[in-house]
Amino acid sequence: MLSTLLDNRHVRSAALQVLLLVGFASLLYWLWSNTAENLAARGIQVGFEYLHRQANFPISESVLPYDPSDSFGWAYLVGLTNTVTISLLAIVASTVFGLVIALVRLARNPLASAMATAFVGGVRNMPLIVQLLFWYALATTLLPAPRLAFNPLPGVYLSLRGLYIPSVSLGPNGVTFLMLAAAVAVSFWLFARRVPLVARRASAGIAIVAATIFATTTLEPSVSLPALKGLNFVGGLRLSPEFAALMLGLIIYTSVFISEVIRGGIEAVSRGQWEAGRALGLSERQTLFRIIIPQALRVIIPPMTSQYLSTVKNTTLALAVGYPELGLVVGTVINQTGQAIESIAILLSVFLTISIAVSLFMNWYNAHVALVTR
Amino acid sequence: MTSIATMNYAMATTEFVAPQQAPQAVRAPIMKVLFGDMLSALLTLGALAVILSLLPAVRWGVTDAVWFTDDPSACRSGGACWAFIQAKLRFIMFGLYPPEDQWRPTVVIALVLGMILISLSPALWGRKLVFAWIAAICAMLALMWGGFAGLSHVSTAKWGGLPVTLLLALLSLGLGFPFAIFLALGRRSKLPILRVLSVGLIETVRGLPLVGLLFVASILLPLLLPPGLDIDKLGRTLAALTVFSAAYLAEVLRGGLQIIPPGQVEAAKALGIPQWKAIQHIVLPQAIQKVIPPLTNTAIVMVKNTSLVMIVGVFDMLSAGRSAAMDPVWPGPYTEAYLFVGLVYFSICVGISHYARWLEIRVKAKDYR
Repeated sequence: MLSTLLDNRHVRSAALQVLLLVGFASLLYWLWSNTAENLAARGIQVGFEYLHRQANFPISESVLPYDPSDSFGWAYLVGLTNTVTISLLAIVASTVFGLVIALVRLARNPLASAMATAFVGGVRNMPLIVQLLFWYALATTLLPAPRLAFNPLPGVYLSLRGLYIPSVSLGPNGVTFLMLAAAVAVSFWLFARRVPLVARRASAGIAIVAATIFATTTLEPSVSLPALKGLNFVGGLRLSPEFAALMLGLIIYTSVFISEVIRGGIEAVSRGQWEAGRALGLSERQTLFRIIIPQALRVIIPPMTSQYLSTVKNTTLALAVGYPELGLVVGTVINQTGQAIESIAILLSVFLTISIAVSLFMNWYNAHVALVTR
Repeated sequence: MTSIATMNYAMATTEFVAPQQAPQAVRAPIMKVLFGDMLSALLTLGALAVILSLLPAVRWGVTDAVWFTDDPSACRSGGACWAFIQAKLRFIMFGLYPPEDQWRPTVVIALVLGMILISLSPALWGRKLVFAWIAAICAMLALMWGGFAGLSHVSTAKWGGLPVTLLLALLSLGLGFPFAIFLALGRRSKLPILRVLSVGLIETVRGLPLVGLLFVASILLPLLLPPGLDIDKLGRTLAALTVFSAAYLAEVLRGGLQIIPPGQVEAAKALGIPQWKAIQHIVLPQAIQKVIPPLTNTAIVMVKNTSLVMIVGVFDMLSAGRSAAMDPVWPGPYTEAYLFVGLVYFSICVGISHYARWLEIRVKAKDYR
């Protein structure tokens, strides 16, 4: 009876799965009970009440306003916005730079393509953290003091204190204005693609609303130039050495990998497409941007997704150079409060959410540009 | 230029044109290649500008550099201080390992190199080589650990430098590989619970930054384990790296499993071979062979990733380089230290990728299908 049961494939696989589930559940239970015991022994309270307490530690630079008297929860949010900002900047810049490197490598000029190849080979074979530390060391030890700062362009100063560039301000309503302008641009772009009557009416409505808001907002545009005063610069926008080293390192490292992805995609498009483009009398540039790259995108997008995702994950290396992104904030909070479980859970869930969201978006986009076959 | 009319004429006459040799490739004169058209000229000028802008770096790194000196104050001239690397080489390579016992990590490095040299030829791949590797790694760990045959015991807290980097890379890949096989098979299994668990683990680990996993290992793991059970820092870090490499290797292996035609398993079934034996002897060997190039890529990624253990305070080559540069006697030669450490990583990774290319050609040449 028992042996016939065991010989039955369905019974066997069901038994195996039940065993697996029980094993997994008991592993979780074991870990959980250990944790409970350890926490009780050390007298650590688990819970998220500490998020409302005053953080009392500084964050050296942030996109959102931050003060040590703000709460731990706000500190996390500040770290997260820093993470998102550097991720977006790095992704956009390295996509552009990566495309340039790929095109230079594919160009028929031997000098330029050899240099691009050497650059790619050098950068991709060194760990990112070594490169970040290298740029940071360069920025903090070998650059001159503010008095002797490099001045490559008028209004741009590079010194030990960081990079100073002119800043443009639109006055107190500037951010609202820019966000509104971006929203209007996006909605027009969306409506321009498919123009049924309703959409046209809606966009006209949006245009009227936007025009009224634009007319009523007052802008006080001003430009501030950095200038040496005493021992340091005043005015302008300061990019700290941490930020500069992080961005430089991330962009160089990521763009090299992106250039490989793009080059692979372009080379995957058959040569006949180039020849057909030439036969139609298109210029090389037209052929590249109108025929080759749109087709290459289908090959490029899946690996590009993973590059973007790993760029977001790579931002956590910023804690090696001390730029306050989420990882560094989490590390500081753990040191200050000992709330390790909650902090790490927040860190992990944020990155899982970003990963899943980016994957979903890129999958949607991939389906959008995929070859339609019947 | 041929006009449309003559082209039409040529098509209409349909006369037989004998196949012709492709025209000889004419090597264009160098000036024409570099300055032939607008774009080429721009690229050449751009490349020259980049070379020119690198001149200060060359001056710093070569002509102004201090290559040999015993006197740290000679390094304050403004050039690179390569003498520092020479003076601190033993520290960067071996970290805090007791100086009189440093022949032990040297032997470990030699063992790693020797084993790699032996494993280069695919002709020697087999069960024996696997056992040889296991034996060699046990020997390396025993040698580092000591405490037998008159060797003094050295705790893992004093391990450092290149041996730690190499051991972490080798062990995380070696221990991760069997896990990866199970995860990849689990992901493709027909049993739903097994599949969900495998997919969940793989995707969770791949969705997280390695720094997060290292945090979990170094901060949370002591909380998750029973009070008496303590794993030291190096072991915890290794656990995180192993889980990480297992998830990435599993995805690579899945790619290999996907391109094995189902006919292989069906044929095995028809011959009465049990499924697990078919997987072990028929499917897996073929799948692994197909994914050798991406496997070596993963190996390169893992070698580079070992440098992250610095973040949780493991004293690998990068940390050793950094603390060597902190010596107040020397004028803070961080740039030189990181360049040197980067160069060591570079040689390892370039070595692996050249080997991978060679292997790929060999595997392709042997593939008769």
